[in-house]
Amino acid sequence: MPSSVSTLTEERTQDALPVAPPAPARSLLRGLRSWASVAWFLVPALVLFLVFVLAPIAVAVYTGFFKWSGTGPMDDFVGIENYTKLFDDQVFLGDLGHGLYLITLSITVQLPFALFTAVLLNQRLRGRAVYRMLFFAPYILSEVVTAVLFTMIFLPGAGMADHLAGALGLEGLRGKWLSDPSTVMPTLFVVMTWKYFGFHMMLFLAGLQSIPGELLEAASIDGAGVWQRFRHVTLPLLGPTIRISVFLSVIGAIQLFDLVWVMTAGGPNHSSETMAISMFQFGFKRYQVGYASAISVVLFMISLVFSLFYQRYALRRDLSGAVTSGGGR
Amino acid sequence: MASTPPSRRSFLALSGLTALSLSLTAACGSGDSGQGPAADGEVTFAWWNIATTEPGKSLFPQISSAFTAAHPNITIKTTSLENEAFKSKLTATTSSGKLPDVFQTWGGGVLRQQVDAGLVEDLTDAFGWSSDLTPVSLQAYQFEGRTYGVPYDVGMVGFWYNKKLFAEAGITAPPATWAELLEDVKKLKAAGVTPIALAGKEKWPGHYYWAYLAMRVAGLPALQQAATTKDFTGAGFVQAGTHLKELVDLQPFQTGFLGAGYATPGGQAATMGNGKAAMELMGQWGPSVQKDAGADLGADLGFFPFPTVDGGVGRATDVFGGGGGFALRKGAPKEALEFLKFFVLENESKLLASNGYLPVVKGAESQLTDANRKAVADSLVKATGFQLYLDQAYPPAVGQEINDSVADLIAGKKTPEQVTKSITEAAKGA
Repeated sequence: MPSSVSTLTEERTQDALPVAPPAPARSLLRGLRSWASVAWFLVPALVLFLVFVLAPIAVAVYTGFFKWSGTGPMDDFVGIENYTKLFDDQVFLGDLGHGLYLITLSITVQLPFALFTAVLLNQRLRGRAVYRMLFFAPYILSEVVTAVLFTMIFLPGAGMADHLAGALGLEGLRGKWLSDPSTVMPTLFVVMTWKYFGFHMMLFLAGLQSIPGELLEAASIDGAGVWQRFRHVTLPLLGPTIRISVFLSVIGAIQLFDLVWVMTAGGPNHSSETMAISMFQFGFKRYQVGYASAISVVLFMISLVFSLFYQRYALRRDLSGAVTSGGGR
Repeated sequence: MASTPPSRRSFLALSGLTALSLSLTAACGSGDSGQGPAADGEVTFAWWNIATTEPGKSLFPQISSAFTAAHPNITIKTTSLENEAFKSKLTATTSSGKLPDVFQTWGGGVLRQQVDAGLVEDLTDAFGWSSDLTPVSLQAYQFEGRTYGVPYDVGMVGFWYNKKLFAEAGITAPPATWAELLEDVKKLKAAGVTPIALAGKEKWPGHYYWAYLAMRVAGLPALQQAATTKDFTGAGFVQAGTHLKELVDLQPFQTGFLGAGYATPGGQAATMGNGKAAMELMGQWGPSVQKDAGADLGADLGFFPFPTVDGGVGRATDVFGGGGGFALRKGAPKEALEFLKFFVLENESKLLASNGYLPVVKGAESQLTDANRKAVADSLVKATGFQLYLDQAYPPAVGQEINDSVADLIAGKKTPEQVTKSITEAAKGA
């Protein structure tokens, strides 16, 4: 997630660069020289970027065209066979479905819930700092710790969830949760929400605080009710924050691995498998490195295409600062 | 300020940095394996093991320091990694083509791939003392008459059962046939006891049932033949699945078994150890993990071999299992094999006394005191045939497909025919 944030800021700085005043022709040499020194300073970062980002991507794309077990020479070129096999693989198609399921629920349930809590905690409320901290705390936990914790909670027979279900008369749910193909995805989503809604709540809180009080005041003087103020003042001004939140949720859901790996390992029977888990299974369990590379390439392409389109169409206004400066102080 | 070209000094600093990072990379690359014999007779080799839990955790370093004390010119660089971490790290190392000098192996398909890639030393000629070891223990490391590994542990899978719960259900003797086992499962259920604990999340414990049934129905030669013809659709394999389905249809497993882990809290071993299930099909390590994750059943715990199937060609004395061993990187210093000889032959009684390993040296089984470990060791000595765990014997892609498909069968998502078809497809594609 931090990496997606940094690409956004990067975009900004790149936008800012060409703002330099047009140089007169006489100092062309000088301009070149300054570019040379800029390039010189960029070398260390570029080298790292090349070695640890671009090169691995290139290697993965290359490996994806081979049938390779990870040992010995990579000489069995199969062209796009890995990809045709991939889109014929029920497990992989299931992965795509699970990703979509999590994205949809994140946007329709988790983010509105986070927004709701943020609005609540933006009121003058006794002990609101404590609530803010409590709701944000799960985000600080590592994914593995969260997963182990919830494995205990959803333990069949002895776990807290089973006792709770018994007390609430939901006998049908006992012993299921993570152990039944029909309940595992909703259960996972509950855990994801528990872990991440606090983070989005913080983003929204920050967004809410940047909304000038005068605007809300003016609206109420004009006779706007609570809902109207929220709908026509708060929500539009929160637009940039919401768009970033959606972006982070989607990328997070596409790349989900640790939480699921520890809780269910993709089971029962692939019913909670994500793309990253399939990639690990094929790469490190079955040693079908070529096929696993193909999965990683698809995963990368989906993230890349989504990011580009989203930045181009949804974030463009935010990046150029149109909306934020409109509400600025 | 920024318009001046970089000075000579900063240029030097930068190139220095580059050189430093290059040498760092190089150091990381060569750090994994030893340097081999140097001019002054000093030998260093790297040893990767998985002894991160007791008894190996304290025993392995003891053995290596005893060896280096006797051979002052030898230095052993030990790396101990947890099982799964070891596998991942070795995979990464293997693809770079550089294995550590001495490394943990379970033999079978993975070792075979490494051998085929020319990465593993052929020990056959230097390993004269292999005649001191039981043939069963060596089998996993032998391909086409050549030996590529030295075993230090060997074991087998069988049913661990709770004698008290069996008695409560009115069962007097452990089942000898599959039909009797099914009857006992019904009796246990009628008595309100969960018959079998199973870790559905981890898949490998489930594959034991299918593999053993295939051994009992179709016989060992059929399994070996299927590995070469890559055809698992034979009637015997389908029948193995059908028999497993008979068991699954009785719903013998604990609540929520599809999400249960093996050694995790509330998992298979804990369920068994806490007396909440009457039996589990597990390897020789079963009792110690029960103790770790749950409680020690003590004298209530018994062992019986996998039952025979009526009409099947396999014998009750054919065993299914595996062990642990060490293999050498191609070109590893010859002192490494000396070390393994010392490790196995001189320390066998220490390994056995630690209650963590089973004998690989001929005749050593007489040193065992624990009744259950003795029962396992005796079955191994009497074994008429040996089959390595299928997920290790076959290439990893096939092994994992067996695990996956059998898990699907147990969850009711695949028919016995579909299981054999999926495995065959994976075998043909691998």
